[in-house]
Amino acid sequence: MSAASHTHEQSFVSKYVFSQDHKIIGIQFLFTSMIFLFLGGLLALGVRTQLGWPDAEIPVIGKWLFGGSAGGKMPPDYYNMLFTMHATVMIFFVIIPWLTGAFGNFTIPLMIGAPDMAFPVLNMLSYWFMWPAFIIMLVSFFCFGGAASSGWTSYPTISSLGLAPGNGTASHASQGSGMGQILWLTSLTFVGISSMMGSVNYVTTIINMRAPGMTFFRMPMTVWAMFITAILQAMALPVLTVALIFQLLDKTIGTTFFLPPAGATIGNWTSGPGGGQTILWQHLFWFYSHPAVYIMILPAMGMVSDILATFGRKPLFGYRPMVLAIAGIAGLGFIVWGHHMFQSGMDPRLGTGFMLATIMIALPSAVKVFNWLGTTWNAKIEFTTPMLNALAFVGMFVIGGLSGIFMAATPVDMYFHNTYFIVAHIHYVLFMSSIFGIFAGVYYWYPKMFGRMMNETWGKIHFAITFVSANAAFYPMHLVGMAGQPRRYAMPVDAPSMEHLQGLNTWISVWAIIMGFAQFIFVANVFISLFAGKKATRNPWKANTLEWGTPSPPGHGNFEKEPLVVRGPYEYSGPESLPGEDYAPQAPNLDVPEAVPAHAH
Amino acid sequence: MATVPLAHHFRTPAQQHHAALLGMWMFLITEVLLFGAVFLGYVVYRANPALHGGFVAASEHLGQSVFGFEHVPFLGAFNTVILLGSSFTMALAVRAAQVGNQSSLVRNLGLTMILGTIFLGIKAYEYHHDWDIGLIPGFKFDKAAWAGTGVDARHVELFFVFYFVLTGLHAIHMFIGMGLLGVLWVRSRMGRFGREYYTPIELAGLYWHFVDVVWIFLYPLLYLIRH
Repeated sequence: MSAASHTHEQSFVSKYVFSQDHKIIGIQFLFTSMIFLFLGGLLALGVRTQLGWPDAEIPVIGKWLFGGSAGGKMPPDYYNMLFTMHATVMIFFVIIPWLTGAFGNFTIPLMIGAPDMAFPVLNMLSYWFMWPAFIIMLVSFFCFGGAASSGWTSYPTISSLGLAPGNGTASHASQGSGMGQILWLTSLTFVGISSMMGSVNYVTTIINMRAPGMTFFRMPMTVWAMFITAILQAMALPVLTVALIFQLLDKTIGTTFFLPPAGATIGNWTSGPGGGQTILWQHLFWFYSHPAVYIMILPAMGMVSDILATFGRKPLFGYRPMVLAIAGIAGLGFIVWGHHMFQSGMDPRLGTGFMLATIMIALPSAVKVFNWLGTTWNAKIEFTTPMLNALAFVGMFVIGGLSGIFMAATPVDMYFHNTYFIVAHIHYVLFMSSIFGIFAGVYYWYPKMFGRMMNETWGKIHFAITFVSANAAFYPMHLVGMAGQPRRYAMPVDAPSMEHLQGLNTWISVWAIIMGFAQFIFVANVFISLFAGKKATRNPWKANTLEWGTPSPPGHGNFEKEPLVVRGPYEYSGPESLPGEDYAPQAPNLDVPEAVPAHAH
Repeated sequence: MATVPLAHHFRTPAQQHHAALLGMWMFLITEVLLFGAVFLGYVVYRANPALHGGFVAASEHLGQSVFGFEHVPFLGAFNTVILLGSSFTMALAVRAAQVGNQSSLVRNLGLTMILGTIFLGIKAYEYHHDWDIGLIPGFKFDKAAWAGTGVDARHVELFFVFYFVLTGLHAIHMFIGMGLLGVLWVRSRMGRFGREYYTPIELAGLYWHFVDVVWIFLYPLLYLIRH
């Protein structure tokens, strides 16, 4: 089968807009995620502005945003909206679609030797079902009361109290939990449908579409990670969808899924008796959202494993244990959701079970870290930009993983749970690990995506500033957290016992702003390299996996001839290497001498 | 005779067929989890001693005697039989497609649709009855009717929320299934399927059986248990 015989002229719309080509869909996810990274970053800087300079008049935009009555200062309700929407945007519109949507789509068919995903139309729909979600979420910023503001966890009853008669679209519970919360729930339902389509497609593709010779244990770690992530998504997301629908019913037609028997009273308003339990939401929500944290890290782990082996010019240390470790993390991930709920008054015996299961996750995680260290041990490392980001991932994941053990242990968590310590932990895992993994992936696959190299020098400058400023910003959050600074407060240090933390908060904010602006280097690098980057060869990194045996960028149908896979993905510096080289492509029949640049085809 | 439209990214028709089946199974797994979460909520609340009395009283209401059957939720039971029958004709349709029996395929798809329509008609009659006696939470719920019965009307209402979410979600799936069957029925009459190519019939069969199985869980949990 040759791809060339299938190439047919397509209109601009069917080629780049309603595309069914997995590579274009991946790139679409990439760019929309970048746009939302900008929005999520702005929201984060809003949060840091308030914490760094509490109750200060915000220059220039303050008057315009908050009007004269607030004196250009940020009202507390607005702060609630900022941190809620920051988390929502970053989790549902940046990290998950970037890792699974962009990289999953782009890499899976290329790395298993398939011409496309199993269901190209479903794939297209999974991207376009994100747009109702995007639009509804953006509209919610402009509705009455502002966007959702009860935290990204949306715990009832603050989020779920209905729209009381005579109160318009405002809720009694808090400003943003009226119309804003309804739109939030609707938007995430669309995200759920999109992810369901994607995960069905990924699992089917990986099981069904592998090239001849590509056995399960010859698949690169990236594909393994995407495979297990897709299973996690398929099994966890429907539960969140149900929880969202329940809360939507509570808010609109006044059901009482999450309203406790005694009801809720706010000021002189009372909801009337309910019949349900608030805790049911927490169970349903965390049954999804704990696996979701693995959805947000496992694909990055897979990509980093590939990148470490490529630039270490060594086989990945312990390939099968790595696969089993990912499966172990995913399996355990389904039975540990209770560790988010130690404070909910759960039976201590149940809490102990959740604690033990959670601490067990340290074992497969440690297997992965030791194997990454084993891969880099004695390696002749090429310090390219993707490699630097991948190495940062490993180091930062260790810190994030260790601080996670504090939260896993019930007695320690009781103290830490609502402090900034947990904010530090989540940012070490989700920003410093997942986002560095994402950066590594972008720098690594950019030549394959666009046929041009990104600028190495600016890439390294971007990495250095991000690495230093992220550590300078997020590390002190551990300290203020241990000192007792609560999260989610607009004025957390507004007490004599807390005042000494203000200096550190200002320091964090300054570094957060530096980190935010440093990302413009990345954005500029991505866009300028599209036109000005050096033309990429087929295999600029001299890597083994199948995608590097295609032109950069690959045409519709990916491979010029069907790949015949003869070996695993990590045969670097071995006896089977190509003459004069230190790598051995998985499918030698795809190999074209390096001297022939991609654009000559 | 039916020809096999092979999409460009598959190597063989067999691979395309297996991919479609696998995709449908994956989709059904997500559906199991979707219904599973609602069932979980229902079971947790039903097992809650505070809500138990209201739930039992409400579910007894589903068993109103029709045609003189006492304590047997007659309409629900009848619907169960209808739906099982439709699964049987659906299985016959898949078999007919596999062996290339054109007339049997068209006939059994038609029968499945008729049985599905009867099911939805009876469901609509039940909903209509619930509306008449004021059992629709949020829209028309007659709290006063429960005064003095010793159960909290809010708990009865919560039961009916679950009842409508579960049966409504099931009915939506039935409607989607009917739409699929309608398309397949038309295409079968045009002779699009046969021994060589019957993937869509098989997929619709899987889906239809799944919807049937959901009802098999739904019926006893909502209608039958009295404790």
